[in-house]
Amino acid sequence: MIMRTAHESSHDLAQRSLSQKLWSWRYIVLRRLSQFVILLLFFGSAHWGWEVGKDVPLLSGNLSGSKFIGLIPMADPFAALQIFLAGHVLQTEAILGAALVLGFYILVGGRVFCAWACPVNPVTDLAGWLRVRFDIRPTFILSRNMRYFVLALTLVLSVLTGVAAFEWVSPVGMAHREIIFGVGFGAMALLSIFLFDLFVLKHGWCGHLCPLGAFWSVVGKINPTLRVRFDKTTCTHCGECAKVCPEPQVLNLKHLEEKGFVFSGECSNCGRCTPVCPENSLVFDFKPLIHAHNAQVQGSVSVSETQRRV
Amino acid sequence: MSANRRDFLLRLMQGATLASTGGLGWAYLLRQEARAQPFALRPPGALPDDDFNAACIKCGQCVVACPFDTLKLEPAGGNLPIGMPFFEPREIPCYLCPDIPCMKACPTGALSPKLKNINDARMGFALVDTENCLSWKGLRCEICHRECPLKGKAITLETHPRQISKHAMFIPVVHSDACTGCGICVRACPTTEPAIRILPHALVQGKIGDHYRLGWTREDAITQEFDASGAAPTIAAPTNAPSGPVKGNATDYLNDGGL
Repeated sequence: MIMRTAHESSHDLAQRSLSQKLWSWRYIVLRRLSQFVILLLFFGSAHWGWEVGKDVPLLSGNLSGSKFIGLIPMADPFAALQIFLAGHVLQTEAILGAALVLGFYILVGGRVFCAWACPVNPVTDLAGWLRVRFDIRPTFILSRNMRYFVLALTLVLSVLTGVAAFEWVSPVGMAHREIIFGVGFGAMALLSIFLFDLFVLKHGWCGHLCPLGAFWSVVGKINPTLRVRFDKTTCTHCGECAKVCPEPQVLNLKHLEEKGFVFSGECSNCGRCTPVCPENSLVFDFKPLIHAHNAQVQGSVSVSETQRRV
Repeated sequence: MSANRRDFLLRLMQGATLASTGGLGWAYLLRQEARAQPFALRPPGALPDDDFNAACIKCGQCVVACPFDTLKLEPAGGNLPIGMPFFEPREIPCYLCPDIPCMKACPTGALSPKLKNINDARMGFALVDTENCLSWKGLRCEICHRECPLKGKAITLETHPRQISKHAMFIPVVHSDACTGCGICVRACPTTEPAIRILPHALVQGKIGDHYRLGWTREDAITQEFDASGAAPTIAAPTNAPSGPVKGNATDYLNDGGL
């Protein structure tokens, strides 16, 4: 369990010292690092011949399908699902790979992919940051549920056209493949996402349209082990968290007070909200420990019961 | 009609319209993409075009596995379906690795593991431009034949008499039953633009049809043993007929009066 340190929280964000500021950027630094390392491993294996043995590449392939140290297959379960619907029975390796990846994200939270692995995330993050920086007002409003319709359409079209509908047009895949396997017009796809997010719709791609994100949101509903814990006893409803959150609807405090943690599948565990909370009411925690913690804080449940629940 | 119901129906129609127009545009894009450039050369063991389009996950593991850097993934905005592996033999042909690492690297089976012997690969079929081939011009070239990994089977040399000289021409002839489509000949061809090309079979090969009987070939010789049940659809074989050649069927077929 992550314990609160008494003086970590400073009520005025602007008055934080440099070291406090750096510490508050820990998750964004870690996320960029994770995104970069994933790309680097793929790139190094494809271009610089990074190998763990003779003809055994370190990490061969890309995010659609890959093999780590010649042993562990990985595959994008959403791509695998589309291919299956397109009418191809996948080979064991792809099925196993998809199951492994799916299992991992069920454990840590589906949209952890979006915030920690997806190569489009730094681009849309930059657009989101610039939007706040230059105070670009929204031009129109679109339901965030749009992505689930795009997701459904992807699956239907895969059946009807006989090809993996999203994989064939995915700007995520285009950009990612072209970083690893050679440049084409995928950069234009990234640029258009960037401009769309910046000038047209805030968090437009990741938060409203991307069916891959929608797929991971559905996966995230299952029962992730890692979630942001919410302390209703300390929260002052200042709203700092919702200002930085790319999916602010997941921070509906009324619902959080009932559940005690950020439960929505749309939360990507990006960790933006945790350092900005002046009361430290939002902290990453393992879900089995969250109930115990909240119960202890509220003092409504005796210690023995807490242990039994854990 | 209650306001709720009206609102619901309206939203339903809005959603359906959005989905169908968006879906139509999207499907159009996909179909265009899938049809793009049927002359793409795929790695060994690739399934037939439609199946390959469905099965390839665009992961590029075949590209990483290829020791000669033959394979490339098509970037966005190119002429071929996006993100799929292909090769250009004039740049780097397929050198026919006996262990087929690209096929082994494929996680989905788009490159079929049914391919056990690389010489059975059929990536395409070599076609000679008889107008620009040096051998057809009467020069002694034959480089394609010499470089062919299956020379004598996939490419043979045939002598043709020449009008103005005593010397014969040595003409390369490609045989589809052995040509793998590796493209080593294309790479080797010394003309400015290669006079031998690899194209997918579907683009170059005709089909004679089952109804032709080449009486002078051993396999097709028409004898009294000839089994017409497989060839002449007008006569259905009796359901309880013994399998194998049925005596007299061919003559029955010819004397049936239906011709």
